[in-house]
Amino acid sequence: MPMSYTPNEIMTVEAARRLKNGTVCFVGIGLPSAAANLARLTHAPDVVLIYESGTIGAKPDVLPLSIGDGELAEHADTVVSVPEIFRYWLQGGRVDVGFLGAAQVDRFGNINTTVIGGDYAKPKVRLPGAGGAPEIASNAKETWIIIRQTKRSFVAKLDFLTSVGHLDGGDSRARSGAWGAGPTAVITDMGVLAPDPVTRELTLVAIHPGITIEEARANTGWDLRIAPDLATTAVPAEHELAALRELQEKTAKAHGTSAVSE
Amino acid sequence: MTAKIMPLADAVSRFVKDGQTVAMEGFTHLIPFAAGHEVIRQARRELMLVRMTPDIIYDQMIGMGCARGLEFSWGGNPGVGSIHRFRDAIQNEWPRPLAIQEHSHADMAGRYQAGASGLPFSVLRGYVGSDLPKHNDNIRTIACPFTGEKLAATPAINPDVTVIHAQQADRKGNVLITGIVGIQKEAVLAAKSAIVTVEEVVDDLDAPMNACFIPHWVLNAVCVVPRGAHPSYAHGYYERDNAFCKAWDGVSRERDTFLEWMKRHVLGTKDHAGFLESIGPRPAPG
Repeated sequence: MPMSYTPNEIMTVEAARRLKNGTVCFVGIGLPSAAANLARLTHAPDVVLIYESGTIGAKPDVLPLSIGDGELAEHADTVVSVPEIFRYWLQGGRVDVGFLGAAQVDRFGNINTTVIGGDYAKPKVRLPGAGGAPEIASNAKETWIIIRQTKRSFVAKLDFLTSVGHLDGGDSRARSGAWGAGPTAVITDMGVLAPDPVTRELTLVAIHPGITIEEARANTGWDLRIAPDLATTAVPAEHELAALRELQEKTAKAHGTSAVSE
Repeated sequence: MTAKIMPLADAVSRFVKDGQTVAMEGFTHLIPFAAGHEVIRQARRELMLVRMTPDIIYDQMIGMGCARGLEFSWGGNPGVGSIHRFRDAIQNEWPRPLAIQEHSHADMAGRYQAGASGLPFSVLRGYVGSDLPKHNDNIRTIACPFTGEKLAATPAINPDVTVIHAQQADRKGNVLITGIVGIQKEAVLAAKSAIVTVEEVVDDLDAPMNACFIPHWVLNAVCVVPRGAHPSYAHGYYERDNAFCKAWDGVSRERDTFLEWMKRHVLGTKDHAGFLESIGPRPAPG
C-alpha cells in the first residue's frame, strides 16, 4: 500500500524527478526551489542550483523563504554579485534549466507575473513583477514551469506577457531572437504538459493517478489537448515523500511557520 | 572626497534632498532599513526611488508619501507576498500617484553597471517577447554593430544618492561587505553621493584580497547603526526577522493600521535604537 500524498507533493516529486544529477539549474523561489532541493537530497546530489541572488552551487539545509536568504550563501560553492549572475552565468549560456513559477501561463507557455485584470496602468491586482524571469525564460537552454492548475492560472489569454515561452506557437519563438528551447515541461498538481513538436501548444502528456482528463480540462482556460499516448505519473515513492516532508518540517521550524504551508 | 563618520540623521539631512533620485539597495540581504526610516522621519518628498527589489522599507516610504516614482524590477515582501502600500499607490493612487518604470533584474543590474562604468546605456539580450517594453519607453532596441543581432538597450542608472548597509567599516570609513553582495558596489559607484550604514566600526577590516571592499574615498558618509538592516539580515551578525516580515502583511493591508504603526514606531522614535526598543525585544510589528 503506497503512502498517501497531497496534490502539491506529487507535483513537487514529479518535478524533482526530472532534474538529472549534474544539471545546472537556475531556480526560482517557492515551488521550483522545493522541487530542485528535493532532487538534490534524493537522486541528484550533484545538481548545481543557482539562485538569482548570486549563489552558485547552493545547498540549503532548509528551503529559503526569500531568494537572498543567508542559508543559500552559507553552503554555496561561491557567491557572486547580481550583475555577474545574470551576465556571465545566465546570459553567457551556462544554465541548462531555468525553473520558474508563474501567476498565469497560456497555451504556449508564456508567463505573466506582472498584473491581473484591468490594464497595465490601472490593474485590478498588481503582482510583484518580472524579477529575473524574462531573461531566465529567454536565455536558459530550456525552461520548466511549476504551477497549480486552475482556470485562473491556465488562461486562454494572459493579462500581461512578462516572460516568453513559445510566444505565438510554431517557430515564432525561434524567430523572436530568444535563445534556448523555451518551456519543455509544465508540471502541475494534475499532470505534466509538454509543447507539441510542431505547433508548440502545451499538451497534457502525463496525468497524476486519480486525476481524470475531465478534471484537467475543467481546470484549463483553453481547449486542452491530450496526448494520444497519455502517461500516468508514478506515485511518489516512500523515500521521496519522506525526504520532502523532512525538508518541509525543517523549513517550517526554521521559519516559524506551520509545516503545511509550502 | 573623504568619508565622514557621522550620525545617520546628519547624513540624511546633508545628502538626501527632496526631488532626488535615490537608490537604497540590498538584495534581500543588508537592506538599509534604518536609513529608510530616517528619510521618512525627515519627511523627504518627491523622491524618484530606484531599487531592484522594493520590499517593506520602500512600501513604508511609498505609503508615507516620500516618492513620486519608482524604478524597479520586482516589488514584493520576499517569501510573504505583496507589498500593500505599493499596490495601493498603483491601484488607487494613495497617498499620491506613483509613476512606475518597470524593468527586469538582469536589466537593472546592467543599468547600475553602466552607471558605475560611466557609460550612457546598458545592453542585454533581454525582454524577448515580453510586454514590458510596450509600457516602458526606456526599454529600446539596438542592432549590434558587428553582427546585427537585435538587443535591448536601457539608460544607465546614476542616482543622486545611493544608500546601502554593510557589516563593517574601519576608522577611515572603508567598508567591507560579506555574504550576498547583490548590487551594492555598483549602486554606490554609479551614484553622485553615497551613504553607508554599518553594524560596527573596527580597527582593522582584515579584508580578504578579493572581498567586496568599498574605499572610503568614494563615500560621503559612514554611519554606525547596529541592527540597521533589521528586519533584513546582516550575515555574521543577525538573521532575517521572518516573523516581522510576515506580520507586516497584516499591518500594511489597511491604511489606518499602517499609519498608526508608522506614527508609533518610526515617526514617534528618535532613531533606530529607539525604533528597535519600540517594536520590542522580540521584534515584530503590532
